[in-house]
Amino acid sequence: MMRFLERLFGRPEPSSGEVAKERLRLVLTQDRAGISPALLDTLKDEIIMVISRHVDVDVDGVKVIVTESNRESSLVADIPLADRRRQHQTQDAGSA
Amino acid sequence: MSVQQQMGARVVTVTSGKGGVGKTTLTANLGAALAMRGKRVVVVDADVGLRNLDVMLGLENRIVYDLVDVIEERCRLRQATVRHKHLSKLFLLPAAQTRDKTAVQVEDMLHICEELAEQYDVILIDSPAGIEWGFRYALAPATEVLIVTNPEVPAARDADRVIGLIEAEGKGPARLVINRIKPTLVERGQMLSIADVVELLAIELIGVVPEDQDILIAANRGQPLAMSRDSSKAAHAFHNIARRMLGEDVPFQPLRDPGMLERFLRFVSPGANTTSRRS
Repeated sequence: MMRFLERLFGRPEPSSGEVAKERLRLVLTQDRAGISPALLDTLKDEIIMVISRHVDVDVDGVKVIVTESNRESSLVADIPLADRRRQHQTQDAGSA
Repeated sequence: MSVQQQMGARVVTVTSGKGGVGKTTLTANLGAALAMRGKRVVVVDADVGLRNLDVMLGLENRIVYDLVDVIEERCRLRQATVRHKHLSKLFLLPAAQTRDKTAVQVEDMLHICEELAEQYDVILIDSPAGIEWGFRYALAPATEVLIVTNPEVPAARDADRVIGLIEAEGKGPARLVINRIKPTLVERGQMLSIADVVELLAIELIGVVPEDQDILIAANRGQPLAMSRDSSKAAHAFHNIARRMLGEDVPFQPLRDPGMLERFLRFVSPGANTTSRRS
């Protein structure tokens, strides 16, 4: 019944079971790879530093995560390049 | 390769990483269920210093010698193993209560299991919690491993760590028992589901035991629930695990049949179980 009412009025929050699954997925990925959130932050900062020497990077758009499939982990970095034409805007919107 | 494999005895270590998830309960009930199916079973309490399997089996008053007495040659192995009061094929090798885990070496466990393998079909080892010394010597003689977890983030995380260690040691196959699942909470989306846990831990599932107050009541009496004649869901689950261990193909049953109201609601709102998040 709760579920039906939630559907009627819109459900703003995911259920605690869904939250648990996502949290478990994250800790397992980090545990298996031996990479802590702090290390991920360090990696991200240093990757930005290295890439920025050569091209302009949209710093706020950079994502460095650990993913895995079949118990094999990989480090995935998504590094959007700054759009030269909109560089000012990007920097302005940086903290948003 | 090892003596126990030559002899045909199976050495099954029950472990979990996290404490309190139901290792000892599973070991006691699985031991009983296997013995009821005609196997000669010895359950070994490897939790030296925190002995509990004796109490679970109602054998606490019958213990004279223990695992460490055998290792330190104060008695023979046969003298330390205690036969169950009602199940003639179930035996217990108790842990020492007043010693600590440094009293046991990996080689000691290997020797003891080799000797037990001459007399038993199945050797079930109840591992201590943790991934330290006690876990190491409990795992060493294993020809297969059962990992117990609860559908909760900390328990599943520790189970994953243990799975990694078992794979690194080349032990296995490791199979998963999900204990204390609460079907109504899962249905409401307020608990990790069996599918979630199996997907994330990525190992074979051998059993699901629902939360059941009868387990506590049976433990109070010192009689494993698997021995009870009334068929509670949990007792049934223990027997299903035993049957799967013995190679039977036992399908996994739904934990609860949907009631009329639920069927109606599913009909009215078929998408109610989707995980999409609305923002």
